Amino acid sequence: MPIIHKFDYLKPKSLGKALTILAQSKNVAILAGGTDLVDMIKDNVVQPDVVVDIKGLDALNQIKFENDTLFIGAGVTFSDLIESKIIKEKYPVIFEIAKTVASVGIRNRATVVGNICSAVPCLDSGPLLSAYEASVTIAGSKGTRNIPAAEWFIAPRKTALQKGELVTGVSLPYPKVKHAGCWVKLGRYTGEDLAQVNLLILAMIDGTFRISFGAVAPIPVRAKKVEKLLNGQTITPSLVEKAKQLIEEEIKPITDVRATKEYRMHMAKVMFERGLDTAISRLNGSGLKYGTSVI
Amino acid sequence: MRQEIKFKLNGEAIPLEVNPNEVLLEVLRDRLGAKSPKCGCDKGDCGTCTVMINGKTVRSCLVLAIEVDGQEVITLEGLMDSGLTPLQKSFINHNSFQCGFCAPGMILSATELLAKNQKPNKHEIQEALSGNLCRCTGYTPIIDAITDLTK
Repeated sequence: MPIIHKFDYLKPKSLGKALTILAQSKNVAILAGGTDLVDMIKDNVVQPDVVVDIKGLDALNQIKFENDTLFIGAGVTFSDLIESKIIKEKYPVIFEIAKTVASVGIRNRATVVGNICSAVPCLDSGPLLSAYEASVTIAGSKGTRNIPAAEWFIAPRKTALQKGELVTGVSLPYPKVKHAGCWVKLGRYTGEDLAQVNLLILAMIDGTFRISFGAVAPIPVRAKKVEKLLNGQTITPSLVEKAKQLIEEEIKPITDVRATKEYRMHMAKVMFERGLDTAISRLNGSGLKYGTSVI
Repeated sequence: MRQEIKFKLNGEAIPLEVNPNEVLLEVLRDRLGAKSPKCGCDKGDCGTCTVMINGKTVRSCLVLAIEVDGQEVITLEGLMDSGLTPLQKSFINHNSFQCGFCAPGMILSATELLAKNQKPNKHEIQEALSGNLCRCTGYTPIIDAITDLTK
């Protein structure tokens, strides 16, 4: 199906030039991988006057680990993450997440930053940002600002990004203590499907946890009540049961084409139990290899 | 605004004037005669439009033609300079396809996998092909054909 809508295409070589274009044009769309944007232009959901391709901005194509913080630039694809040595060594759970995003042909183009800018409720990068307490770096004509993940997502497809601004990357601080993680994603099949429920659990050696759900509310949910219940406690079957009950207060799944709300609620609990178990096992040096699904 | 782009298609330098709203899949098929990528779902879900950009498989239905300026594009035609590849011969031996609509995408995805991993296990093969839908064969003969090459 041809694209009917007409637009101009620009591929700036510097961030400054990109920001000038953003400031001058009223109706701009930013293009990285295009796996969402081109589809939305085809459907006339987005009708930009100008498409700005940021793949020419080399500084945004980096995965860096500096000052105990991981920076993922706006041009970094999920395939880049899978192949990155830094990710495998320091953030293996990101490898685990990236492996479940769509399929190879999409992962070769799609970016984490594009994922969070599209901000659909089932996005896989949501729990990642939320559990790692990441910040989103935004460049605009007035300079650069950082927004915590908790303030980034506002509603489905709505973020804190303002007109004339561009996300240059996300920063994920490395947790201060030894930790392990587990990513659990439920879909109808392995491949292109979006998540029915997804969940990231980080277990820290000091007995604390970070738990974040996706696809079960308009925006990613950090399950703070569950964390509070578990933090510092010995994890016993009865405590896990209590935590599972508490999940009902944390998430608000809806029924849609991919699953019913009852199924989502039920599976969120099952996934939580298995994910918690695996995260703790991995912390103790055993457990399933990263990249192996627990569901 | 039409723009002049230059890219390599299957090793050949292509200068071409494109509109920014032209999709790579359509340019390849309708303007350049590379008919192996197919339009299936047109939303990036089915994998029949798979081509390679700089050695990596992409969905050409979700790429603007203008984006490949300066890049190297390979379609299945480009793999066949000296006849059928060992992978294609294995697919024939296993009678892997019925209608063949998904075949170019399957072959490119498998080619990318084997370039990175010469001895993939069954799970790795399944994962690499998970974005290529086949509605005829039930996948088994496709996976068998690839497995055969890894022995």
